Amino acid sequence: MSVFINKDTKVIVQGITGSTALFHTKQMLEYGTKIVGGTSPGKGGQEVEGVPVFNTVQDAVDQTGANASVIYVPAPFAADAILEAADAELDLVICITEHIPVMDMVKVKRQLEGKKTRLVGPNCPGVITADECKIGIMPGYIHKKGHVGVVSRSGTLTYEAVHQLTESGIGQTTAVGIGGDPVNGTDFIDVLKAFNEDPETEAVIMIGEIGGTAEEEAAEWVKANMTKPVVGFIGGRTAPPGKRMGHAGAIISGGKGTADEKIRVMNECGIEVAETPSVMGETLIKVLKDKGLYDKCKTH
Amino acid sequence: MNIHEYQAKEIFRKFGVAVPNSRVAFSVDEAVEAAKELGTDVSVVKAQIHAGGRGKAGGVKVAKNLDEVRTYAKEILGKTLVTHQTGPEGKEVKRLLIEEGCDIKKEYYVGLVLDRATSRVVMMASEEGGTEIEEVAAKTPEKIFKEVIDPVTGLMPYQARRLAFSINIPKELVSKAVKFMMGLYQVFVEKDCSIAEINPLVTTGDGNVMALDAKLNFDDNALFRQKDVTEYRDLDEEDPKEIEASKYDLSYIALDGNIGCMVNGAGLAMATMDTIKHYNGDPANFLDVGGGATTEKVTEAFKIILSDENVKGIFVNIFGGIMKCDVIAEGVVEATKQIGLELPLVVRLEGTNVDAGKKILDDSGLNITSADSMADGAQKIVELVK
Repeated sequence: MSVFINKDTKVIVQGITGSTALFHTKQMLEYGTKIVGGTSPGKGGQEVEGVPVFNTVQDAVDQTGANASVIYVPAPFAADAILEAADAELDLVICITEHIPVMDMVKVKRQLEGKKTRLVGPNCPGVITADECKIGIMPGYIHKKGHVGVVSRSGTLTYEAVHQLTESGIGQTTAVGIGGDPVNGTDFIDVLKAFNEDPETEAVIMIGEIGGTAEEEAAEWVKANMTKPVVGFIGGRTAPPGKRMGHAGAIISGGKGTADEKIRVMNECGIEVAETPSVMGETLIKVLKDKGLYDKCKTH
Repeated sequence: MNIHEYQAKEIFRKFGVAVPNSRVAFSVDEAVEAAKELGTDVSVVKAQIHAGGRGKAGGVKVAKNLDEVRTYAKEILGKTLVTHQTGPEGKEVKRLLIEEGCDIKKEYYVGLVLDRATSRVVMMASEEGGTEIEEVAAKTPEKIFKEVIDPVTGLMPYQARRLAFSINIPKELVSKAVKFMMGLYQVFVEKDCSIAEINPLVTTGDGNVMALDAKLNFDDNALFRQKDVTEYRDLDEEDPKEIEASKYDLSYIALDGNIGCMVNGAGLAMATMDTIKHYNGDPANFLDVGGGATTEKVTEAFKIILSDENVKGIFVNIFGGIMKCDVIAEGVVEATKQIGLELPLVVRLEGTNVDAGKKILDDSGLNITSADSMADGAQKIVELVK
């Protein structure tokens, strides 16, 4: 078992003829992902990497039976691509594209309300279920099948966590990058909920960063609902306050969003937080041992 | 991206958002000429810099005649203002706004911002105008009122009315306040703002509701469709290294330390800084080369890091996903050759095309210390810059 994706997930690549999309389509195919088609308006009928290209998402879905898509189209066109996928009623849309205008995402998020489509991202590395299905841009070789779920706002920190786990012989069920943008689709709680319900997942690593209050809310959820141990890390502890994080932005949340505040709330909710990013794996292993789950999670 | 108050007010006028009459001036003579054109008894001379707290720092003066305009303009132009937002080095004033004086009855606050929790734009208002909203939020949070805006309908008049009544705008001026708020929301959405703050919004003796000050920030990701906003960019207000970085789509923030960092991904970049600090080192910058970096971009990133004289060593920490390790490695080699790097360089590579990347570094014959992990790399560079 796993969350969101598995070996039966049929994926189309939106914007498949772009150079980044092509490179990663090849990588996903090599990993064993069932890429059944791609879209590129005006290039329908062509074939790339042995994958048929369609003009529209609807065409691709009708002819391939795809239930998920991954988006690599440039930022100005990404909102349109997400909504096209939702309109074709895909179960899952993973948007890799970064730098999408936030106002576009406000509209997209509103349009997705009440629809069946789950959006992961944007500005995320994607989702991978080890040894089954890789949708996104993460390096496949660092992943290993096992029992730990990973959820993160940062792409490269997800790799860092997964790498540490694999090196210590702790495999993963699914790693989900929810993306670093202020407005995104799937949030921490959605993923934690899925891991909580997944029989294969025994523990979870949750990686957050400064800004917003998503980590605090997730921690409260964990305290109230989670039956499995969660360990965390918050990036940006030493970042100087300011620059990007606008002024009035912090007001609504009542001045929250600092790393210290997040760590405090997470600790309060029973989440052990790694002191540095280099000990995310170690911290999890310590907790697994405390809970008597280590032997079950150790994969070699 | 930030713009000046006078530029924000120019945008407001286009959207019918009420502001006092005013002119921008780049010299003392222009300031006097502007005051003459305005033709009011009293005019206000306002320093234009990208920072708040100008009044307290002596950057805003009320002039009762043209001689005073001249005196104040002379005094403020060229002066370095130090406010709580400029940092201790302050900012030199190069532009003035000459504005007609107005008979202020009361000051309010109105702001628009993206609320991450609801994924919607929120309008906030308070009758505690003129005070920093952070201070109001800390001391009297009950005096801040909010309306969450549905992007389908936009700000509705009833929401604006509710805010206006909540902050006790006199009832005969509520319709003008509503018009103001609706216009402000239009500006926010159509211009892709990330923050719009009017502090203060004022009611005047002659029955107007207008923006006495105006602060607009814009979403950098949307600038591609906001050409007119991009033209307002004032490079004098930005760090030269950050300007250079933005040309190559690099996300760079200058810091005070001596270890230059080049990392892919904002999260890893922050974590790298955290790790360096953990080993008692001090990062000189935050630099995210992003996902789509090319050899050229990496070379430029290197040059930018090295243009900071405080840098005594560089730590390159890459976990390739969309970013390929071989591209980074080529960039590192290319940059090192072009610049003739003499400082210690620690490189940690992992992820997509890692073997190809490591081979390029090994074959280059350059003096590069390689690291097995982020912690290993951080310890090595901290040791090397000692």
